[in-house]
Amino acid sequence: MYLADARSTKTGRAAAAAPGTRPGRRAAVPGTVLALGAVSLVTDVSSEMVSAVLPLYVVAALGLSPLGFGLLDGINNGVGALVRLLGGHLADRGARGHKVVAGIGYGLSALCKPLLLLVHTVPLIGGVLAIDRTGKGLRTAPRDAMISLATAPEHRGRAFGVHRAMDTTGALLGPLLAFAVLRIADDRAERAGYSAVFTVSGCVAVLGVLLLVLFVPARTTPVEAPTGPRPTLRDALALLRRPALRRLTLAAVLLGLTTVSDSFLYLLLQRRLGLPAHLFPLLPLGTAAVFLALAVPLGVIADKVGRRTLFLAGHAVLLGAYGVVLSPLRGAGAAVLVLLLHGTFYAATDGVLAAATAATVPDGQQGAGQALVGTGQALARFACSLAFGAAWTLWGPRAALTATTVALAAAAIAATRLLRPAATD
Amino acid sequence: MTAPVVADPDSATPEPPVEGASVRRKVVVLAVAVLLLAGVGTAAVRYAADRADRRNQEQAGGPPVREGAVTLQPTGRQLLLRNLAWGPHRDEVAAVPADHPDGPRTASGVKCLRFHAAAGTGICLQAEHGALDDTYHASVLDASLHETRRFPAPGIPTRARVSPSGHLVGWTVFVSGDSYAGTDFSTRTAIVDTRSWQFYDNLETFQVLKDGHPVQASDLNVWGTTFAADDNRFYATVATGGQTYLVQGDLAARTLTTLHQNVECPSLSPDGTRIAYKKRVAGADPAAPWRLYVLDLATMAETATAEQRNIDDQALWADGRTLLYSLPGDYGSDLWTVPADGTGAPAVLVRSAVAPAYLG
Repeated sequence: MYLADARSTKTGRAAAAAPGTRPGRRAAVPGTVLALGAVSLVTDVSSEMVSAVLPLYVVAALGLSPLGFGLLDGINNGVGALVRLLGGHLADRGARGHKVVAGIGYGLSALCKPLLLLVHTVPLIGGVLAIDRTGKGLRTAPRDAMISLATAPEHRGRAFGVHRAMDTTGALLGPLLAFAVLRIADDRAERAGYSAVFTVSGCVAVLGVLLLVLFVPARTTPVEAPTGPRPTLRDALALLRRPALRRLTLAAVLLGLTTVSDSFLYLLLQRRLGLPAHLFPLLPLGTAAVFLALAVPLGVIADKVGRRTLFLAGHAVLLGAYGVVLSPLRGAGAAVLVLLLHGTFYAATDGVLAAATAATVPDGQQGAGQALVGTGQALARFACSLAFGAAWTLWGPRAALTATTVALAAAAIAATRLLRPAATD
Repeated sequence: MTAPVVADPDSATPEPPVEGASVRRKVVVLAVAVLLLAGVGTAAVRYAADRADRRNQEQAGGPPVREGAVTLQPTGRQLLLRNLAWGPHRDEVAAVPADHPDGPRTASGVKCLRFHAAAGTGICLQAEHGALDDTYHASVLDASLHETRRFPAPGIPTRARVSPSGHLVGWTVFVSGDSYAGTDFSTRTAIVDTRSWQFYDNLETFQVLKDGHPVQASDLNVWGTTFAADDNRFYATVATGGQTYLVQGDLAARTLTTLHQNVECPSLSPDGTRIAYKKRVAGADPAAPWRLYVLDLATMAETATAEQRNIDDQALWADGRTLLYSLPGDYGSDLWTVPADGTGAPAVLVRSAVAPAYLG
């Protein structure tokens, strides 16, 4: 059936006949998706509260230099990717697996907020952030699996769009709440104000876990699906024998290998477009705002024209963003254009890839499938960061981006061939 | 945190369970939880606000702080600092007689996160608490501490310096916007020529020369400027590939030339021959890796000072022989001194203060 679905994403109709489709899954945006979206929104408020004030806390209240943190990021990315694989696999074992594994992931992150009240050195704070990331890695695949399983296949693009929009809303609200707390506490140089932020963040995180426990149904796997033995780790890897999933993973990895990380893109924007240094902190907000605005409409479009088509189109938009950075265009106008394209790229690819993945794996292995594609993409992007940094050092930023642009174009052509409907058999 | 998952009230209920009484029960549970959590959050915020109120009350046993006129061209030698003593003048730039630093402080009414001054010019890094978040700027001050020019700063202030002539000012901020919610911090360092108001807003754009060869790297960071007497040369730290270097900067040529490894937050001696700096020492606690060293620029010989504790500050030369630096204290930080030649022992100079500058 996944073949049929893969073949006909243009209409998405054939997939509706997939086993496990029940009348309850017909709603355009099911309650489970809204509940998971609310959990993500609340959890992102909590985690972005911490992220927003952490530099200030470290510099102003603890009097430390925060430069050491960056070294941990690479390690965290690698560990996070492997944990995601494990989370997806474990979640598929047993009918309530998704909810339990996701719950452990959300719980682990919630636990980190009070821990921040106890640690006062850069290495220990880095350690707590690593546990937080582990929680995030664990919960990502089961959460996406639950969204897939709760939604009728023809509406998955929209469902993931709604989820990503809610998630991003939380990410934008978190800093607002954090600075509101700091403003009431009225002192940036004392620990007490930040302790208040971490405490409120912890309370918000507990609320997120509670929303999951209370309002996300335990059994998202269809009743008739997992009658056979529990999937083993080998079964999870055997998913790659499925041509459709293998091709999708390969395409995601290829494109991920040529997707420059956000930090590099913003650095390029600042250097190449001659953007004043003080506008730098606004760049990620620009991407997030566009992502938020377009996640739902592009998800709906993905349901109509096919997720793989939109996934590829999203990378064409990213190619356009690189082009603008390389072009003679300069100044704030060009930067706004790049952020528009960059946010559109996320809206057209992030949830859309999850929706495309859902169509290529059987219901009983949604967690493992989501984890496989997501991990492949994340590791590829990490490899791209390493290569891009090296290329920058060797050739300079312009040549590094030119090479990446050429590679992205080549990867997009290869991915288009890989994801051609006829090629999926 | 896994307990709520185990206690899942839904565990035995087959789908779809979310009907009538069950939903009402869940909403009640949620409402009670929201009230409890809101109570905890409110208590934490109120506790923090109460503490902030107490910090605005004059601190018993602290130094007397009086409001008054502070000038950057004093008649006698003065020590200016950011006053951290509790009371209404907390965080203001204050002056004390250099020979009597424990004496009464004259508070200027100007609040700075980081401050430095020389020859009638001041640099004051300030925060603006906006609706969405904090933003920062660098304010160039005249001799009577009035702002003459303001420049936007893209992150949290950490270092500030004025050249001996008062013509050049430089500052460093921490930036964490490289990725939204990321923990990958970097620095931005800027220099302004107060005669032409030329603004070098990011020293990372200068050409870095290492062993005579140009270096380019995406992970380049520059911090901690200190100026020579000629109003063109300066020193700073450049970091790339996990290494830090002392660089000599040339403002006119827009170059940074590496001189020595493992040097952070350099501070040039008044005679221009030595650099006080923090060195990352081998085998130290990774949370506290820096010791205060002095580098002879002619011989590149390193001398450890008698200060054995971890130093995270850009030291200041009180005179040709003595270094001044901050260490954590009861009210944020205290200023300590130690001889620059490796002899003697550290001693407290003044409590509840940070960001010092000598004038006159």
